[in-house]
Amino acid sequence: MTRLRVTALDRKLLRDLWAMKGQAAAIALVMAAGVAMFVMYLSNFESLRRTQTAYYEQQRLADVFASLKRAPERLAARLAAIPEVAAVETRVVVDVTLDVPGFTEPASGRLLSLPAAGRPILNDVVLRRGRWIDPARPDEVLASEAFVDAHGFVPGDTVSALINGRRRRLVIAGVVLSPEYVYSIRPGEMIPDNRRFGVFWMARRALASAFDMEGGFNDVSLRLRPGASPEAAIAALDRLLEPYGGRGAIPRAQQASVWTLENELMQLQSFGFVTPAIFLAVAAFVLNVALARALALQRAQIAALKALGYSNGEVGWHYLKWALAIASAGALLGIAAGVWLGGAMIGLYNEYFKFPSLDYGLSWRVGLAALGFSLAAAVLGARAAVARAVRIPPAEAMRPEPPARYHTGLAASAGLLRRLPHAARMIVRNLERQPARAAMSVAGIASAGGILLVGFAFIDAMDRLITQQFEEALRQDVTLAFVEPRGPSALHAVARLPGVLQVEPVRIVPARLRVGHRSRPLAVTGLVAEPRLNRVLDLDGRPYPMPVSGLLLSSLLATALDVRPGDVVQVEVLEGRRPVRQVLVAGTVEDAMGLQAYMEIEALGALIGEGSTVSGAYLLVDEAANDALHARVKALPVVAGLAIKQAMLRSFRETLAENMDLMIVMNVLFAGIIAFGVVYNAARVSLSERSHELASLRVLGFTRTEISMILLGELAVLTTLALPAGSVLGVGLGWLIATGFTSEVFRIPFMASWPAHAWTWLTVIAAAAVSGLAVRRRLDHLDLVAVLKLQG
Amino acid sequence: MPAADRETVERALVFDARGLTKVYAMGDVPVHALRGIDFDLRASEFVVLLGPSGSGKSTLLNILGGLDTPTAGQVLYEGEDLARADDAALTEYRRRHVGFVFQFYNLSPSLTARENVALVTEIADDPMAPDEALRLVGLEHRLDHFPAQLSGGEQQRVAIARAIAKRPAVLLCDEPTGALDITTGIVVLEAIARVNDELGTATVVITHNAAIAAMADRVVRLADGRIAGVERHESRQRAAELVW
Repeated sequence: MTRLRVTALDRKLLRDLWAMKGQAAAIALVMAAGVAMFVMYLSNFESLRRTQTAYYEQQRLADVFASLKRAPERLAARLAAIPEVAAVETRVVVDVTLDVPGFTEPASGRLLSLPAAGRPILNDVVLRRGRWIDPARPDEVLASEAFVDAHGFVPGDTVSALINGRRRRLVIAGVVLSPEYVYSIRPGEMIPDNRRFGVFWMARRALASAFDMEGGFNDVSLRLRPGASPEAAIAALDRLLEPYGGRGAIPRAQQASVWTLENELMQLQSFGFVTPAIFLAVAAFVLNVALARALALQRAQIAALKALGYSNGEVGWHYLKWALAIASAGALLGIAAGVWLGGAMIGLYNEYFKFPSLDYGLSWRVGLAALGFSLAAAVLGARAAVARAVRIPPAEAMRPEPPARYHTGLAASAGLLRRLPHAARMIVRNLERQPARAAMSVAGIASAGGILLVGFAFIDAMDRLITQQFEEALRQDVTLAFVEPRGPSALHAVARLPGVLQVEPVRIVPARLRVGHRSRPLAVTGLVAEPRLNRVLDLDGRPYPMPVSGLLLSSLLATALDVRPGDVVQVEVLEGRRPVRQVLVAGTVEDAMGLQAYMEIEALGALIGEGSTVSGAYLLVDEAANDALHARVKALPVVAGLAIKQAMLRSFRETLAENMDLMIVMNVLFAGIIAFGVVYNAARVSLSERSHELASLRVLGFTRTEISMILLGELAVLTTLALPAGSVLGVGLGWLIATGFTSEVFRIPFMASWPAHAWTWLTVIAAAAVSGLAVRRRLDHLDLVAVLKLQG
Repeated sequence: MPAADRETVERALVFDARGLTKVYAMGDVPVHALRGIDFDLRASEFVVLLGPSGSGKSTLLNILGGLDTPTAGQVLYEGEDLARADDAALTEYRRRHVGFVFQFYNLSPSLTARENVALVTEIADDPMAPDEALRLVGLEHRLDHFPAQLSGGEQQRVAIARAIAKRPAVLLCDEPTGALDITTGIVVLEAIARVNDELGTATVVITHNAAIAAMADRVVRLADGRIAGVERHESRQRAAELVW
């Protein structure tokens, strides 16, 4: 009798599961939703991480980066002599204005030098198309793929750059990718705009001669020896570069592209655990309720199995397998969906992050973890129900199940019920009979509401952020940046440019802010006392004037440095005469813009000992004169770049729209699944418990509508209670996410608008209605005779 | 087998229960279900327990079957005291030695007749084949039917097949015909009698139908937790001859 075969008990398992397939499917779907997110986030995390590590390694991305004003090439030998340093690569790096054929607005370009012979020692590029530059031809460049693709260029096409006052034609010889520009963003912007920002590599000699850098460099990258401390290397490097206008070296982790990627990876990882945990918790609860009911129905069978000699362990395992089977189905479905969504997500990443090949891959680790978490959630959900079933003494097989106990209940003692019709009394009593279960159902539906609200509110918040940034804070049309800081007379020249209506100066000074052991390299922004164009706003949209003296810090920076108004920070200026000053923190502003430090422009000038220099200007311009202005600026050698607000806004919205669509669909779909799963399950359990009673009522002459009201009324009450609970939960969850995921780039204030609440409620109600209708169909087919024949 | 022969054969003792007492606590009120009962059962004996509701007959059967333990007293089965056995030992005891037949059949509705029997044969040491057990109760033509496709009497016969398929030493039946009409009840009782005859399984049947008592070797009457009387039958009536 030891032949391998399906035992009778397993056959019972399969048939019982089939009999409750609707509920099993609903539970499996909730689990699948959680697993899908887990797989999607974590497989993307792994794919990105794997690709990133390999790419950095293959292309020899540097460990330390530094820029400076100008140092003689012979300094390189001294840098190489720093004990921690394994390799040194010096470069010439300059930002220029580009004139792109067929593109009226001026774009920004960054030019990086390539060594005269061979490949760069560090930060090597990957040639994607075309060929390497010919050292004999100074006009040839390698261009970043993102820029080339955004404009539809092919090797051989040209762009014009304003190089040190002269317009130079650059021929794109090859198209490349660089580990330094996986994520390439124009300095000062929030989101990449590949049409307006391009990176180019050209021969060192050609670049150096155009910028008076022959025999010198203004950028250096280091590779460190294995195990060497970056802090020590950076300190030594900063000391050596200081006489040459060093702007403070940064470790690889703080390099813009690396840092953005790291932030994204961190977020993927946290979302990958937090969101699925909510889904799995709800699934565990639903499973608990469904299984408890199914086991109650099998009470006599369980007792009989035990009377026949099945042990507690065997009976418990049999029923636990129900849960495990549902969870396995959910996990497999979820893994499949997660792989599919993960593939779509990697597609989005491929637009943001430029890797030679970013391929999607699901590792065994993630797959097995997904399965493991689902099974664990299933065991957690089933445990109590199974334990209760196992405790049924075998002698119970001899007795029918006792009728459910009802009490007069709170509502009745409060006299509330007397005025209600009988159907409503039945609803209230049934909810009161199992308050814990009703509460859990409410919590389950509410969690769907919460998840939805967070999604909708996040979209809202992005919209608010955009409105605030682009309409209320940045009221200028154009931001103009000079190549070098200039005297106040430059403003008059700017005011005479075509179409310029209003000019407001800005001075941006690179500096390191230090308080004790905490420090941040950043730019201090000098603005006029009462800015009218580029304003500093708090989250409520209140404008902040510049303090007469001292710094105005964004609250994120104040937190990062652990300072309060009245404290003193050390400002180490990283250009010009590089003074080091103690400056009072005059105030902080609760804004949306990450790490920011502001000063009144005159006070800033005094601080650096330069008087009234400006590094750029905010302009209000007449739209009709745009083309004339653009054409004029493209030819101005002193202008490094022109940022056009409308263009920024457009590209921001375009990028966002793509992501948002995917997010909304996923959000509504997944939260809908939760709401549907919880409500449908509550309905089925209620129907199963009360089919006898409802059929009896039909026999007594109640109409289908009347008995439907009893059952669906209960669901309506649960859903109604869950709606506000979901709103509260969502606000809490959103607040947690907003605080937990605030990065130093910018932060998204969490604010749920009324429309967000309304959409949440509507979605939950729709999901509840669908599940209610599904159960209502069963009520219509209630077999009165058969139901009444059942005993107990 | 003539009654005289049955008397002369010294049959082995299956159960030897002494001073069985069972007290349930119903809230604060103790309920005495059994008040010191002595009961024995010999191999291949057919005993009917008669008594009104609450007389203690179900409690006695549950204790004999290892579903419940007495508050005081001892039940020796093959020299082991079931009153002192732990849960695992009782499970093992039920698994190897006892066959149960319940008033409401308690079949698994999602399993066919054959599979319901297999549920037991799969965990027994030396079972008969499910088909054979079902043939013994006259259901060889209903092997692949689900409980819902069987009449009440047929369901109860499946339950009997399920109980005897493990070749138990003792067959315990709690109101096996309680939910059945006369004709069907007789068929079920015939099945039980046949098992008792052909396999020699010691059988205890609970009923409050005095007519069934005529089938038994011995009738034990219970009332209020005590044995109110015992009668022995020289000859047993066949189920078909019963009148009720």
